[in-house]
Amino acid sequence: MAIRVQAATFDPGAETNALHAANTGVGAVVSFVGYVRDFNDGHEVAGLFLEHYPGMTEKALGKIAAEAQDRWPLLHLEIVHRVGALEPGEPIVYVGVASAHRQAAFEACAFVMDYLKTRAPFWKKEQTANGPRWVESRTSDDAAAQRWEQ
Amino acid sequence: MKLNVVFFARYREVLGCEGEALDGDFASIEHVRSHLVQRGGAWQVLAEANLMCARNQDLCKPDERLCEGDEVAFFPPVTGG
Repeated sequence: MAIRVQAATFDPGAETNALHAANTGVGAVVSFVGYVRDFNDGHEVAGLFLEHYPGMTEKALGKIAAEAQDRWPLLHLEIVHRVGALEPGEPIVYVGVASAHRQAAFEACAFVMDYLKTRAPFWKKEQTANGPRWVESRTSDDAAAQRWEQ
Repeated sequence: MKLNVVFFARYREVLGCEGEALDGDFASIEHVRSHLVQRGGAWQVLAEANLMCARNQDLCKPDERLCEGDEVAFFPPVTGG
């Protein structure tokens, strides 16, 4: 299990390749990459600033990863999340999951993203033509996370 | 009871501070919150219904009990990912 919170960008392809390189027992890798879009809620976005809660961020991601490992038989799990200033097109978040079979990897990857969206202390501030704007949370993200609690 | 209270994102901006040390008799996070909201003005931002809170860097509910030296955080709903 690896968790990185960093200002620097990363190469999602390299992260995914590394997930199975060390273990030939890996039969399935599922990865998710989130990117900065140039358009959101009806306005253009010139860039993002990602604020976080140092200390709690790593702790919260660690708890989410540990819960995923409890629920599914995983061989590797990696989470990378950017902080600081980002431009459209840059990767923000990476979740990569390796397991023997596909279903655990698909489900665990979705679970980690759904919980990260609702429980990890990150906040996005968009730079728009009308000035900076804090992004508001979506109720659809809460609903996505709740499906894992049944 | 001494507590360290911290604020993030929009709350930090609205309040114009990252946090403060509090000394008082606070049974739960909800008591800290109402103490701060009663200051009026910008502090009423902490009365928002969807406010999130954490105790010692773990998410919790407002009725979470507190201990000497705890770190209490208030922030708007998270928007990472």
